[in-house]
Amino acid sequence: MSASTILAAGGDLPSLGKVPGWLTTASHWWGEHGLLVSLREHVAYTVVAVLVAAMIALPLGLVIGHTGRGVVVVVGLANGIRAVPAFGLLLLLVVTLTPKIHYGEAVSWLVHRGGVPYVVPVEIVLIVLAIPPILTNSYAGVQNVDPAVRDAARGMGMTGGEVLRRVELPIALPLIFSGVRSAVLQVIATATIAAFLPFLGGLGYLIFNGLQQINDPDAGYPAMIGAGIVVAVLAVTSDVLLLGVQRLVVSPGVSGRFRVKAAPSLASLPGKTMEVAPGEP
Amino acid sequence: MIRFENVTKRYPDGTVAVDSLDLEAPSRKITVLVGPSGCGKTTSLRMINRMIEPTSGRIMIDDRDTAAVPTTELRRGIGYVIQSAGLFPHRTVVDNVATVPLLLGTDRRQARARAMELMEMVGLPSAFAKRYPAQLSGGQQQRVGVARALAADPPVMLMDEPFSAVDPVVRNQLQQEFLRLQGELGKTIVFVTHDIDEAIKLGDQVAVLRVGGRLAQLAAPAELLARPADSFVAGFVGRDRGYRALGFSEATHLPVQDEPIAELGAPLSRARDVARDEWVLVVDDALQPQGWLRLDGDGSGPDAVITEQALNLGGTLADIHGTFREALDAALSSPSGRGVVIDGDGRLVGTVTASGVVAVIEAERAKTAHATEPAS
Amino acid sequence: MNIWDYFRGDQSEILGWLRTTLWLAAVPVVVGLIISLPVGWVASRFRWTYPPLVSVAGLLYTVPSIVLFLVLPGILGTGILDPVNIAVALSIYSVALLVRVVADGFSAVDENLLQAAAAMGYTGAQRVVRVQLPLAVPVIGAGLRVAAVSNVSLVAVASTLGVSQLGSLFTAGYNATVNGSTPILLGLVMFVLVALVFDWVILFGVRLATPWRRAAAAR
Repeated sequence: MSASTILAAGGDLPSLGKVPGWLTTASHWWGEHGLLVSLREHVAYTVVAVLVAAMIALPLGLVIGHTGRGVVVVVGLANGIRAVPAFGLLLLLVVTLTPKIHYGEAVSWLVHRGGVPYVVPVEIVLIVLAIPPILTNSYAGVQNVDPAVRDAARGMGMTGGEVLRRVELPIALPLIFSGVRSAVLQVIATATIAAFLPFLGGLGYLIFNGLQQINDPDAGYPAMIGAGIVVAVLAVTSDVLLLGVQRLVVSPGVSGRFRVKAAPSLASLPGKTMEVAPGEP
Repeated sequence: MIRFENVTKRYPDGTVAVDSLDLEAPSRKITVLVGPSGCGKTTSLRMINRMIEPTSGRIMIDDRDTAAVPTTELRRGIGYVIQSAGLFPHRTVVDNVATVPLLLGTDRRQARARAMELMEMVGLPSAFAKRYPAQLSGGQQQRVGVARALAADPPVMLMDEPFSAVDPVVRNQLQQEFLRLQGELGKTIVFVTHDIDEAIKLGDQVAVLRVGGRLAQLAAPAELLARPADSFVAGFVGRDRGYRALGFSEATHLPVQDEPIAELGAPLSRARDVARDEWVLVVDDALQPQGWLRLDGDGSGPDAVITEQALNLGGTLADIHGTFREALDAALSSPSGRGVVIDGDGRLVGTVTASGVVAVIEAERAKTAHATEPAS
Repeated sequence: MNIWDYFRGDQSEILGWLRTTLWLAAVPVVVGLIISLPVGWVASRFRWTYPPLVSVAGLLYTVPSIVLFLVLPGILGTGILDPVNIAVALSIYSVALLVRVVADGFSAVDENLLQAAAAMGYTGAQRVVRVQLPLAVPVIGAGLRVAAVSNVSLVAVASTLGVSQLGSLFTAGYNATVNGSTPILLGLVMFVLVALVFDWVILFGVRLATPWRRAAAAR
């Protein structure tokens, strides 16, 4: 794993020519460390992290946006986390936490034998990373609601909760979605890097396994790039899927996608993800 | 009836927005709060539905203290219209209008049916029901705002500069329809504006507030124009108020004269035959005035006819049941010096001259001045 | 052992890593700006190019950095450990982020101002360089700050492949048998400091370039 050993072997220039062949070989998809199993693990890590992060960040962001309390502290904290490199945070947690976890068994298909001491810090880091974009975007989404709309809602006799649920939340949805999409991209990317650690699996396993035998025509560079391409496809697919859900869920009155208007709205383009919370690829 | 009893609003930083306000807004009437910015008119309005809580004093609606009613219950029973409409962008027009009935637990189908009725009432085509607010013009949005406020049929309506964000033509149209609607519905309305002309046009009574939240004068519009309480009110009511006050006196006893007319499409020679001077009034076959024709020299042939292109369209029309202001304006704006008077169906009644109208106005003044003299 | 002692113990190597990190994060921001200014201008000037350009940029942004770090050697013919890969990858991300920002910044300039400039006799190019660009500086500056901070963070990822820079402190800590958290903490502190420095430098540059904003704020 250490850099110097690879440096010594790194004289050969890697080539992409073998990648299509590698990707179309059936045995690379099936099997214990095949692409399908790795993909399933990768998706599981991502879904768990984003769901937990959303359960924390969404209500918190909505309440902060609604009440205007705690803005400085929470948003400052969220922006601070962005300046911290995820990889460093991950290794810090592994060095301090992993030795204290002594549970070595596998957890159904999700965690390999011996994986728990590593999965726990990894998931914590993934959650920590996913919180800022969701938190700041849901806060900003609520805060951006036209004050006149909020005033009208209160003026017609809605309670605070009704204003939040029936008015602020639906109007904030586009920003909340871009926060979630940003979080998903970041978690997928970081989960790949996490396979630097042992026992974790996921698509990153094939990359770091390949790195140690980079000149191997089968498990070396072609496998790394093949797995990398699957990661990229997973990222793009997740983004497009979430964009699809966003279009279903967000009211046309908010997104501007009226049936009578033919022009596509700028608000619905994939690039919108970066609006408030630029992720870290 | 809405009654302010010694109501004061003082903010923590010490500014006094409203100072010991006593005011009654009678039932089924429009009370307009008007004044310069910083006079506390919007604060006063928003204290009625407790969007802002008074620092001291009470506000009673039909002898019930608003402070004793839970805010949400209070507000659901009060229609609220604001300047930029505040429509919910994520809901269709019909669902916007149905909001309060749904909050009150009416079932969806019934609430929508009611919303469709209201849209018709405020002059919105039913085709708009499925549109979103962003697809409407400012004036249309404001109509939806009014319909939404009316949805639960509240006896009281609060309106905060509802027509000030639209262009003058649309504003005028909305004001007219608002008065017509109020004629049908008879709500107790408190209406805030910074525009004294709007206040005078819409108010049954007008409360002029001065900066610092003190009531300067509460009076009917005509009274306000005729007898401003002090120099602040006089300054605020503005210039031309003598002329504008004419807009409140119904033009009785107008000295209407017969006017020679020629029909559109008739030979030019016919116009020459009837003319008293160089101007002839041209009407269509329904006797509705179309414009003035000038008979200059005789450059045209013997078989020339009266065409629309030849008409001078200057000159406003005065309704026979209208005001002195309309009648005087018709005379002053007419190229012939004779103002055209029409009936309710737009048909010609006759013409008036400016001096004739002024003579009647002076006669009326002499009568009322005589009647009020002992008071001074 | 505290992080200061660790730093002193390995000072020359760590400072070398710091230099690499600064270069790896800074050069891509500059390259990104140089490329995205004209591309962003096109996207704002010809509206029909905006959706495809911004979509492609958004798509590039979804590709995880480690994937780009690995694919680039195959395309560029560089070695896996060559820092050039990192610089090129981060430049791609910077362009992806900045194209949209530049286009939005240019579009946000009041059309009346440009009309006024045209009426005074500015040529098309003068309008862009002397009116539109200075007024778009605050928006572009905000984008640059995001790009810079994100680049600094991403440099660390390169240590998983063994490219030496401050991220090597993380792998050093992970591989250490005792006191592994010391170099990792040192690395985190240094990365955050580098991010802050970049942030301040850009903020300062924006201030210098937009003296009228301070004048307005002081009033």
